[in-house]
Amino acid sequence: MSAHAVQQSSGMLLADRLKDAVRIGVVALLLGIPMLGLTTADQGAGLQVLTRWPLLAQFVGVVFFGRLSLQWLVSHFHLRKLQRQRVAAKTAVAQERPWLKWLGALALAIAVGLPIAFSGNRYVIDTATTVLIYVMLGWGLNVVVGLAGLLDLGYVAFYAVGAYSYGLLSTLFGWGFWETLPVAGGMAALFGVLLGWPTLRLRGDYLAIVTLGFGEIIRIILVNWTDFSGGPNGINSIPRPGFFGLEFKPPGDTPTFASFFHLEYSANHRVVFLYYLILMLALLTNVFVSRLRRLPVGMAWEAVREDELACKALGINVTGVKLSAYAIGAMLGGFAGVFFAARQGFISPESFVFSESATILAIVVLGGRGSQLGVVFAALLLVVLPELGRDFSDYRMLLFGAAMVLIMVWRPGGLVARREPTIQIETPAVQGATT
Amino acid sequence: MGQFIQQLINGLTLGAVYGLIALGYTMVYGIIGMINFAHGDIYMVSAIISVTALTLMSALGISAVPLVLALVLIIAIAFTSVYGWAVERTAYRPLRNASRLAPLISAIGMSIFLQNMVQVTQGARVKPVPTLMPGGIELFTHAGFSVHLAYTQIMICVVTVVLMVAFTGLITRTSFGRQQRACEQDRTMASLLGIDVDKTISYTFMLGAALAAVAGVMVTVYYGVVDFSIGFVAGIKAFTAAVLGGVGSLPGAMLGGVLIGLIESYWSAYLSPEYKDVATFVILILVLMFRPSGLLGRPEVEKV
Repeated sequence: MSAHAVQQSSGMLLADRLKDAVRIGVVALLLGIPMLGLTTADQGAGLQVLTRWPLLAQFVGVVFFGRLSLQWLVSHFHLRKLQRQRVAAKTAVAQERPWLKWLGALALAIAVGLPIAFSGNRYVIDTATTVLIYVMLGWGLNVVVGLAGLLDLGYVAFYAVGAYSYGLLSTLFGWGFWETLPVAGGMAALFGVLLGWPTLRLRGDYLAIVTLGFGEIIRIILVNWTDFSGGPNGINSIPRPGFFGLEFKPPGDTPTFASFFHLEYSANHRVVFLYYLILMLALLTNVFVSRLRRLPVGMAWEAVREDELACKALGINVTGVKLSAYAIGAMLGGFAGVFFAARQGFISPESFVFSESATILAIVVLGGRGSQLGVVFAALLLVVLPELGRDFSDYRMLLFGAAMVLIMVWRPGGLVARREPTIQIETPAVQGATT
Repeated sequence: MGQFIQQLINGLTLGAVYGLIALGYTMVYGIIGMINFAHGDIYMVSAIISVTALTLMSALGISAVPLVLALVLIIAIAFTSVYGWAVERTAYRPLRNASRLAPLISAIGMSIFLQNMVQVTQGARVKPVPTLMPGGIELFTHAGFSVHLAYTQIMICVVTVVLMVAFTGLITRTSFGRQQRACEQDRTMASLLGIDVDKTISYTFMLGAALAAVAGVMVTVYYGVVDFSIGFVAGIKAFTAAVLGGVGSLPGAMLGGVLIGLIESYWSAYLSPEYKDVATFVILILVLMFRPSGLLGRPEVEKV
């Protein structure tokens, strides 16, 4: 394509672009009228209709000019990109990305050093602990969604199973954190198998709905079965874990953490301890999952994700493979649940709603299904951003949903995609541009 | 006995609403093979729009019930179809040829977006509307229990039946219906034969949204309260109805909707209202386990 033709085509495009932007503007107007332009509010005497035309006008204007400039940018950069592709097409072999490894090491160093750098700042360490819980949940769900390619919309159910296992075993039978951890993980895995056994033969999207239903069933039971779970009030005063039997409390008769190490008692000790505890659990999860990926079972997960039918033809027990991924993911969720209950000291069904499942899923998806490091960044993003601006929190889920859609549309692989093809083939579009 | 008949009436009414929503799921599934997760929220958007429209009518002083109902229906259908179109255009069309998970995840994102968009723009509080059609007919009294048939219930059942007839006619008799069914069978072949597949899919989404819009209006008039979160559970139930009837089968969706409605109202009346949602989910799991193709569906053959 000659420079002259490019000039001409972009000149012709202007009218088209305007037309297109007007069309989008009209759609925005129609979408906006019932939601932005009009609203109803109760002002004493029943509902009244209120109008917000300036807001609607702003919205339509933003959409119109946004579309116009977006179109311009896209067409502008598209031509550029084609030129670059023409040069690079023949040797477009995906590069190894060593910087990812360095980034991971850096993230780990920051994670380890954080409590030392912010030793007095409880708020920072608490937030970091929350991030790590989500990182661990994300890594657990990554086994199911990222590696085995099963969409699980009820992951929070296993988190709840873990949390309630610890809550009940510790308050009723006086079990400690470390004794409960494997039991709760086992319970969660058992639930995973119980649910997975009959349903994993289903197609992906059916499975998604069934897991969603399962998550809701668990939550409804927790809310309504008051004798068992305490109902909506949940379980209170769950004991906190100690450091090898040394408790974190003001000095008393029994040796405590502070008295044993001859430190002055401080409430921050526990916060820092919990932080390192979840960091350790999360790192163990990471190592565990990375090792599994190299085992036959891990390879089978990815193989089933890529082509289930081919796996069947090769004699792989597809249901067994899926079930193992499901059980391991559930177990990791259960571990995270135990930690959550131990850290909060209080659990209720409120913490295990669908939006929590959606958050964990979004972390996995935003991070790039299958990428461990991507999960860390996504968890950081989704936990820290709402913390930074409280006004923003109203719009948190709104932006969250929009981000899920946009990332799927623009980068179906996620932010740090691990599923890039190793060799790219020249696309027809490039050929079209050269002739 | 009286209780039984009363629950039959309530269940049929509820089932008609679920059936209308389920039709949207089934059509979209039939044509592009994905669960439109945001469909329940489209229904919620319609309910919110109809609250606004109803309030507007009473502010303008229009009080003749049939006129109000017709106007609200038209307004809700018109705006909700645009929502259906926009959802398809932004969240699903770019992912037409992506892996199976991608459109599903973007659908979940769209559902979260719609729910929170309504919460932010319309407020999180429950919106009550005055009863449009008060009263009803007392059918009979048996052992001190009077069986009551509300006018709203009659209206819902009549509207649903009329819509079903019109809709079946649209799918089986018109050229759009033929194109729609052709795309359902084989998209590539249909496009080779000169059918505009993208346009057909867009119309399918708009049609599904229009049916959900009618369901939204009905529910607003029936229950009189609406909020931003009604879409989630209703969507799941309607989806269960679609699966129960056989995904892809239009009469199946209606049958499934009625069955789910009946099960839900009998379960609430005789067993426990707290666990009525559990009942729906358990049915969903059982159906998928033992009869994945549903009551009226065709078994699906997996192709390479």
